[in-house]
Formats: sequence, structure tokens, C-alpha cells
Amino acid sequence: MSKYQLDYLDQLESESIHILREVAGQFERPALLFSGGKDSITLVHLALKAFRPGKFPFPLVHIDTGHNFPEALRFRDELAAQIGEKLIVRHVGDTIKLKNLTEQKGKFASRNALQTYTLLDTIEEFGFDACIGGARRDEEKARAKERIFSVRDEFGQWNPKLQRPELWNTYNGKIHKGENVRIFPISNWTELDVWNYIRRHNIELPPIYYAHEREVLEFQGQLVATSAFIQLEPTDKISVKKVRYRTVGDMTCTAAVESNAATIDDIISEIIATKTSERGETRIDDRVSEAAMEDRKKNGYF
Amino acid sequence: MDILRFITAGSVDDGKSTLIGRLLYDSKSIMIDQLEAIGRQSKNREDGEIDLALLTDGLRAEREQGITIDVAYKYFSTPKRKFIIADAPGHIQYTRNMVTGASNADLAIILIDARNGVAEQTRRHSIIASLLKIPHVVVAINKMDLVDYSHDVYNNIVIDYAEVARNLGLKDVTYIPISALNGDNIVEKSDKYPWYEGESLLHILENTEVQNDINLTDGRFPVQYVIRPQTEDLHDYRGYAGKIISGVYRKGDKVVVQPSGIESSIAAIEKDGKEIDEAFAPQSVVLHLKDDIDISRGDTIVPTGIQPNVTNELEVLLCWMDNKPLVPGNKYLLQINSRTVRSSIREIQYKLNVNTLQKEEAPDKAGLNDVVKAVIKTAAPIAWDAYAALRSNGGAILIDETSCVTVGACMIQ
Ligand SMILES: Nc1nc2c(ncn2[C@@H]2O[C@H](COP(=O)(O)OP(=O)(O)O)[C@@H](O)[C@H]2O)c(=O)[nH]1
Repeated sequence: MSKYQLDYLDQLESESIHILREVAGQFERPALLFSGGKDSITLVHLALKAFRPGKFPFPLVHIDTGHNFPEALRFRDELAAQIGEKLIVRHVGDTIKLKNLTEQKGKFASRNALQTYTLLDTIEEFGFDACIGGARRDEEKARAKERIFSVRDEFGQWNPKLQRPELWNTYNGKIHKGENVRIFPISNWTELDVWNYIRRHNIELPPIYYAHEREVLEFQGQLVATSAFIQLEPTDKISVKKVRYRTVGDMTCTAAVESNAATIDDIISEIIATKTSERGETRIDDRVSEAAMEDRKKNGYF
Repeated sequence: MDILRFITAGSVDDGKSTLIGRLLYDSKSIMIDQLEAIGRQSKNREDGEIDLALLTDGLRAEREQGITIDVAYKYFSTPKRKFIIADAPGHIQYTRNMVTGASNADLAIILIDARNGVAEQTRRHSIIASLLKIPHVVVAINKMDLVDYSHDVYNNIVIDYAEVARNLGLKDVTYIPISALNGDNIVEKSDKYPWYEGESLLHILENTEVQNDINLTDGRFPVQYVIRPQTEDLHDYRGYAGKIISGVYRKGDKVVVQPSGIESSIAAIEKDGKEIDEAFAPQSVVLHLKDDIDISRGDTIVPTGIQPNVTNELEVLLCWMDNKPLVPGNKYLLQINSRTVRSSIREIQYKLNVNTLQKEEAPDKAGLNDVVKAVIKTAAPIAWDAYAALRSNGGAILIDETSCVTVGACMIQ
């Protein structure tokens, strides 16, 4: 390799930093949506590279469903404190009370759909005009078509048929009042790219990404952690297994995978060997129909 | 390991989706659950075979109509390279989507159905590839199984296409016979083509040299954001954050700030909070200048040497992307890298027929998907390079201030 050549991870990094700086340059009130998961942790890491020694030109915002993994919440708070950036947390539970929303019923009652309400309220409360998120195009088919700057109307809706052309590395952040833009700086990264980047830069992650013992329930071939949010039935098959998480969402709709991976190298080898996609293996919420994600996105889901 | 971005272009039914599905499948980028999902959908079809094309059609409307209507990005990698595919629709109605996909591509795969040969669409796709200056073109002659793997059929298409390539000035063109359906010459060379001396498609994709496409001679650094911590210990810190889009920057270099023309020199270069002596495209860095001058977003820091053009009038080839027509006199925002200025369309000199390259002189307007040569006047000067000479500083978008939508793509001439 010539002296003036970047490898793929450095190229991806530079592209993402460029996008983050475009957000800073183009918007009045951006926010970075931070969940404590690996993708948003990677975003924070990239933001440090984009803006230090200055402060972030945006706060970190977490929409807490109340069903989050305690390990992820702890990590979220520690990271925000450690880097000295502002963290705003809003709770889906509060929105449910305030607006008398009806919660899903059933075994894996999920607050995924209700999350959208809290997110839109939070956007309105702070007047955010741009929300940075860690979604990637390799995750899912609908996402494969989404722009890096993705405009949402005042109801947070995405219109896949009316997307703006996005050329070169020129991002159009112009919007009308009330609209906002979702911004995806790591659109072009794959799951494996994220893991390789985390390894290269020694980025710290919540412990649930590494293999640990946990009490799980087996449901349709997936392993779901037992918790106060899941209603167990006497016939449920419960056991303690060595597992890790490949994605971190709600405890009710994120499945664990059996694993012995104690280090990041182990995780990467397992991911290379795996035959199931990230979302397919770990998300219970995508299974409803082929178009599940597209429908939820249109309704303002991230 | 580096990155190759490529676009696939073909007419409906040339086999584009099958080809992409094949590349993803054979490079093991498709997971079991995704295969099961397309298996379920394929069952609704009559033939019952797993339809690899279903992998690439993302949105439901597209699944229902069975066509690709927007650019979808797909990813796969081999130990040599990470690949980013911009899967763009080929129909004339979606020229703007193809232009979008082509804008970042290092390479274009132009698919030709061996039974049909070079068609009108083939010409159009090649014209777009040449307008957007995609550096490398691979002409994949598909469905060779349907023409008995005929060397003659292949040769005739190559001869026809060579003419197109010559007219367009396409420089790096490679030809390959394939069957996307059977996987011939996609990952491995197939023995059904003893007369074919080239490599497999994947081999070509892995080995096309793209590093040389980055200009490391003429430095351009558009300032995106100014970092000013304004804390006690960093009171005087003023760093210009941006991405080097071409060239190499070294500590101590004399520079000119464009469009103002003010001179200074580089006091320091920072990357990840550490000082470095030199940085190069496409790195994102922070520059510090020796003199305390007024620089903000939209300025370009350029080493002394060959300067960009600094003018407030531009001649552009423009692809119009909006339903409302472009009419001389219309005003738009023009955005080039981090700089945004007001602009107005002075005149439309001609409209280019994207199927034939014929020019229609002085049309009174341009419609959706039209490509025209136009003159644009900007309210303030901008620093630009000819798109053909420096792609990263020669492309601009037009934004309609009332709808906020991106309505045009300009290649500055
Ligand atoms: N015999 C044969 N059929 C092919 C080949 N490639 C694609 N097809 C078929 O051509 C049709 C159109 O292919 P598709 O990939 O959907 O085309 P697209 O519209 O360009 O995306 C499908 O029925 C494919 O199975 C090939 O190499 N040989």
C-alpha cells in the first residue's frame, strides 16, 4: 500500500466524520440518539474524533423504553460522564402515563411502537432539527434505500418515494419548519465493519456484548432473557446459558445468541462464521412480515 | 483492504438483480434467514426456483411492481476489498436515480443482454457513466447461455460497444461474457468459454486500481466547521475542521484561502487530537493557520500552486431532477462541497439527448431527467474545478429554496 492510501476502515471513518461535521455546519439544533448499543457507541467515538478538543455541537439523547438492559443504561451514564457531554433521557413510561397510551399485551409486550411517540415529543420539546442515528444500510432492505440525510415530516414519517437525490458527498440539509432530518453517518458500514473498527480502536462496550451466563427462555428457536418485562408461563422452557448479544434493543424484543466469545477477536470470528443476519438472529420485532421495517419507518420509527 | 464503489446499469430484464444476487450469494454475504425470506416469496411465483433477484428489490411497492425504482446500496466483501454496490434503476424515467448512484462510483458494470446487443438503453447508461466521469467501465455481456456461448455473438457486441466507448471517450473499458443465472465467470471462470481470455468478474472488481483515481496533486480543503472550544486553557484555539478532498497537506505549507484569496501557512495539522506532519485525501482532519484570519464554513484552503477557478459564473452540464421544469431566470441555492450560495439560471444552451448525444439548441426549458448545458450565475464567487479534471471539486447540487428539495446535479465544465 502506498504511503498516501487509506484502508477501508479509515475511509469509512473519514466519511462518517465528514457527515457529522456537515450536521454541525448545517443545523441549528442537532441531537445524537444514543442507546448504549455498539452502533451508537461507535457514533460517539466518531464524534470525539470530529469535534475534540471542542465540545459536541449536540447533546446525546436517549429514549428509554423502560425495558432496556440495565447494563446498557449504566454504560450510557458512565460514558456520558466520562466524556463530559450532555445527556438527555426521556422515558416512554412517562409518555404512556401522560397521553394515556395503550400498551401492547402479551408475552413479549413491546414498547417499540410507543417509542416513536416519545421520540417525536422529545424532538418537539427541544426543537431538534436533526437527529443522528446509528442505522446501517446492511441491516435491512428498506434501510438499503435510505439516504444519509433522510428528511421526516412533522409526524416523523419517512416517504420512501419522495427521497431527495443525494449526490457525491454533498448533503442537502434544508428543511421546512417542523420537519427534521434523520442522519445516518455509518450508513455504509456493515456489522462486521463496526466490529473491526471497535477492535482497531479498542472501544469499550457494555458487558452484555461478551459471553456471560444468563437465565433465558427459549422461544421459537430464539433465546430471550428472563426479566420483569416478560410474562412467564409454567410451560416455558427456562435455562441458564452462556450467551452474548449481537444487538442491544429492548429486553423484550432482543434475542441473545449462545456463545463462548470472551474477547472481541472471538466475537469477530463468530460473526464471520455465522449464517444468520444480525436482525434475523436477534430481533423479534422484524418477524411479523417482510415489510415490517418499512412500515415502522414510514410511521416515524428511526 | 480498500473500498470499491460500483454501480450496475442495465435495462429491465437484462439480469441486473440476478447478477447482484449472484455476487452476494457466491461471496457468502447472504444469510440463511434472508434466503428463507426470498424462498417464501419465490414460492408465490410460478417457477418455484429461488429468485436471487428478490434480494435486491427493497421497497414493497417495488416488490409489487417487480421493478427497482430507487438506488439501493448493497455490501459485500472479500479478503481483498469491501464493495459498495449502488443498485440503480435503468429505465429512462429514473435517469436521476442512476445519476445519483453514479456520482460516487469508481466503476460501472454495464449489462447487455447477449440476445439484444447494444441497445438504446446501453447507450444511455454509458452516456451517464461518461457524464459522471466514472473512471472504470466493465461491459458484462449476460445470458450467454441463451446464445450457445457463441464467441461470434460476443465479438460483435464488443465491436459495437467499442464504437460507443470511443465516441464517449470512455478510457478504461473491460469486456466479459457471463451468465448471471448460472454464475458463469462471476466468481470463478467457467470452462464453457474457452475463447475468453480475461478474468472472472469478481477478479476484475477486486483488482481494478482505484487509488490512482484520487488526485494527490492539487490540494483542496473545504472548511466544514470551525472548532473553537473557548475554554480557559484553549482560549486561542481555532481549528478548521474538514475533509481533504484532493491533494496532500503538510505542516508549514503556504496556502491561499479561497474565494477571498488571503494567504497564510499551515501552523499545524491535527487528526484524532494528535498533531501530524502531513495529511492527504480523503482524510478528515483539523487545520490550523499561522495568521488569525476570518475563515468560516464554505471557504476552501488551498496550497499555493494550481488554484481552483474563482468565479461567479459557471458553465455546467446539468441533470434536472425535479417535476417542476427548469426555466432560465429561475433561482436556486447552489451547493458545492460545504459552500452554499444563491444562484440563477442564465441560459440553457442546449439539451442533450441521452440516448443519442444529439443536441437540441436553446430549448426554453428542461424537464425531469433532462440533461442540459446551462450557464449559472452565482451571487457570490465560488472556488471550483472542472468536473472532468477534479471530480471532487467540480460537482454541485441545486436546491429549490421553496421546496427545500435537491432539483439538479451540475457537472461544472
Ligand atoms: N437464461 C438466463 N436468464 C437470465 C440470466 N440472467 C438473468 N436471467 C433471467 O432474466 C430475467 C430478468 O432478470 P432480473 O435479474 O430480474 O433482471 P433486471 O430487471 O435487470 O434486474 C429473470 O427471469 C432472470 O432469471 C442469464 O444469465 N441467463
